[in-house]
Amino acid sequence: MNNPQLDKDGRLRHLLSIEGLPKNILNQILDTAESFVGVAEREVKKVPLLRGKTVCNLFFENSTRTRTTFEIAAKRLSADVISLNVSTSSQSKGETILDTVDNLIAMHADMFVVRHSQSGAAHFIAKHVPDHIHVINAGDGRHSHPTQGLLDVFTIRKYKPDLHNLRVAIVGDVLHSRVARSEIHALTTLGVPEVRVIAPKTLLPAHVEKLGVQVFHDMKEGLKDVDVVMMLRLQNERMNGAMLPSAQEYFKTYGLTQEKLSLAKPDAIVLHPGPMNRGVEIDSSVADGAQSVILPQVTYGIAIRMAVMAILAGGQGNSSHGGQA
Amino acid sequence: MNKFDTTLPDAEVLLKTLAQKLKPLLQPNTALVGIHSGGVWLMHKLLVLLEDSITANAIEHGTLDVSFYRDDYAQRGLKAENRPSQIPFDVDNKHIILVDDVFYTGRTTRAAMNELFDYGRPASITLVALVNRCGRELPIAPQIVAAEIPLDAEQNLQLIQHANGTLGLELINKPF
Amino acid sequence: MKIHIKNGRLIDPKNNIDSKLDVYIAAGKILALGNCPEGFVANQTIDASNQIVCPGLVDLSVRLREPGDEYKATLISELQAAVAGGVTSLACPPDTDPVLDEPGLVEMLKHRAKQLNLAHVYPLGALTRQLQGKVLSEMGELREAGCVGFSQANIAIVDTQVLWRAMEYAATFGYTLFLHAEEPFLAKDGVAHDGEVASRLGLKGIPSAAESLALASILRIAKETGAKVHISRLSTAEGVAMVRDAKKQGLKITCDVSANHLHLTEHDIAYFDANCHLKPPLRAQRDKDALSAGLKDGTIDAICSDHTPVDDDAKLAPFAEAEIGATGLELLLTLTLKWAQQEKVTLLHAIGNITQASAQILGIQAGDLSVDSGADICIFDANEYWKICPSALKSQGKNSPFNGLELAGKVKTTLVHGQIVYQNY
Repeated sequence: MNNPQLDKDGRLRHLLSIEGLPKNILNQILDTAESFVGVAEREVKKVPLLRGKTVCNLFFENSTRTRTTFEIAAKRLSADVISLNVSTSSQSKGETILDTVDNLIAMHADMFVVRHSQSGAAHFIAKHVPDHIHVINAGDGRHSHPTQGLLDVFTIRKYKPDLHNLRVAIVGDVLHSRVARSEIHALTTLGVPEVRVIAPKTLLPAHVEKLGVQVFHDMKEGLKDVDVVMMLRLQNERMNGAMLPSAQEYFKTYGLTQEKLSLAKPDAIVLHPGPMNRGVEIDSSVADGAQSVILPQVTYGIAIRMAVMAILAGGQGNSSHGGQA
Repeated sequence: MNKFDTTLPDAEVLLKTLAQKLKPLLQPNTALVGIHSGGVWLMHKLLVLLEDSITANAIEHGTLDVSFYRDDYAQRGLKAENRPSQIPFDVDNKHIILVDDVFYTGRTTRAAMNELFDYGRPASITLVALVNRCGRELPIAPQIVAAEIPLDAEQNLQLIQHANGTLGLELINKPF
Repeated sequence: MKIHIKNGRLIDPKNNIDSKLDVYIAAGKILALGNCPEGFVANQTIDASNQIVCPGLVDLSVRLREPGDEYKATLISELQAAVAGGVTSLACPPDTDPVLDEPGLVEMLKHRAKQLNLAHVYPLGALTRQLQGKVLSEMGELREAGCVGFSQANIAIVDTQVLWRAMEYAATFGYTLFLHAEEPFLAKDGVAHDGEVASRLGLKGIPSAAESLALASILRIAKETGAKVHISRLSTAEGVAMVRDAKKQGLKITCDVSANHLHLTEHDIAYFDANCHLKPPLRAQRDKDALSAGLKDGTIDAICSDHTPVDDDAKLAPFAEAEIGATGLELLLTLTLKWAQQEKVTLLHAIGNITQASAQILGIQAGDLSVDSGADICIFDANEYWKICPSALKSQGKNSPFNGLELAGKVKTTLVHGQIVYQNY
């Protein structure tokens, strides 16, 4: 079966999920992002790569923060940006996803950043767009949030350069989390030897160990000697769905406090995709503490998204050749 | 030299010529900026060869990758490898000496200048190249060159770094 | 019309025949097999050389989409698809719009189908009014109008008391109940098998336990009430084991499997192929193996197409939002043959699963080539390949997970009541 993300020469055509991407492409994105971090620190934070191109943020599911970072990333590449919050507009009038996409293509959109509440939505759209259009998945249901997975690994690499020697723990609602799935695929593909998930049984998907992770239900056991702690958001619906009794009990058993964090290595770092529920999955003292790299994650998120867009939008000629001086 | 003559000058010898020509420009408020990759190797060697002048005039240095400013992005995309540009000094009002290995069409220089201007407004830019292979396509030319080697389009002149660190020039014939 | 089918290989599972025998048809019935009856002069001769002559197929579950969903498919398009697939008798579930819970609707459906002179239609009546699982439907009246059994389609009866009483009432009169085993709360909002594929793809899963729990209730109540129950679309290994056990205990249980589930597993969803959004969901390899074993040892009685045509737009959506179902009438024979070949099952056995066994479950006179029975016949070339694609299908439903594949088994001629209703040369 052809990987829908790659073109026939194995180059990235869409970014839909980390799963299925070879290691070299992940590394290409991470390395390109390094250069873009530098751009953000300059006076002129723009480069002209996507000048004249239109990037369309097609958000069927609401999100201000993710949409904003994609907007900033696109603008820093000198692209024109359209942001569509489809949940409020034409979708409610019964327009199908494909009709919305086709209309935007007719208005010369070159790249779509798509967020949708259904798993597989980005794959679905990618299957139907013409060859010159690129699709970036900004989150589809519980399936995948590849740019988040990438920026998380990028952040980890900044603080712990040797990925082949790390113990990483992902804590929280793995069952409903596209971020967790993307993180797991990124870490395992890049050769992190030990990836743990820590959660109650009700918040773990069936056969989760087949993803290449070790399962822990006891957070104290799971955090022992880890180098990286990745926290996941807990949504209120979980209490309504009889998966958890209360936020308070969750905080007691699976919330990250200073005390629990001390079980990890002393120089362990703490990540969170945001937005945080302080006092539910993470204690404020940890979120704001010395081991937290939550704010750098946001900065790196822009660089990663710039890297993805820059790699996708480029021509498909033999890019390893030097070119003329 | 015609296109069938494969005798290339010794890069290390040319480098010394270049260093001599460059010396008078090493004044205060000047910075050397090497363009990846050959330009950076040359720059580092120049920093050693001209160490005294460099120190005496407090000459700073940096590197440029120009990947994000090339004009062939739409045809070729980004290179698989790119390194971050590093300009650890203030470009405003500085005299910049841009160092490149082989000057050909002038497009890399245009990209480098565009990138430099996104860092600030330099007082001047002087382009220094080890070799000018005479094929410019833009109204841009190096002000200081160590050698002129006219070549045909099928020929590809590259600066390479040997394992022991010495530099050399190599001619690679492109496939038809 | 006197018809002579010559040179064909006759396979009639009910009468245990698999040999070269000619068929002689007159007045819509099978006059004789083998030797030409005295004085018989054929009006028409069909040369079935290198072809197999078998009873017209009997399909236990075909959604015709009438009344109500004519934009998805119509009676005429689907009955044409049926005979193109060699299906001459079919049962349709009651989940039409309006639901088949009124004798008048059933009569009209039967009448319209009869007028078309294509495949015979045997409606399954709604077990409860509007399929709501609260009030029993008028099973006696529906029976009289032509229903051969009663079903809840894919909608579970939540109230166990109602389920018990429905089965008890049906048992009083010997009606057969066609029930799909799925516990509604465990299956709620689920779109795929709760296994490693759903976990990776982030799709809400329906656990195997949803089938086995519901099946346990159905079997237990069947035991108590003596009801005759047919389990529609078994999908789990556990389910097969439970039915095997129930049969050993002497319960009046039969069951079927969809042709799709004999060939596909959860892995075929691949990159969210909406054509694989089915109910029951495509499960794991071990379930598929168990279904196959169950068919071989007789635990599972029949294979059906579970024909569920949808309009083109319905599958053009992210997986969970795509409409459930696959078109299947024209693939039933092909897929059954492929299964038989892969599992080294005799044609006699496999064809029995789509003719005689289904007829017996429906309680109809069909599915065999006995002398004096109605001449409903399917003639096919087991070695002719055809490509499954929208243009090759007569059904309005083009939604198939097998799109693009070339498979063997092409229907060449179909006869219903001694008339040729489909020919492909």
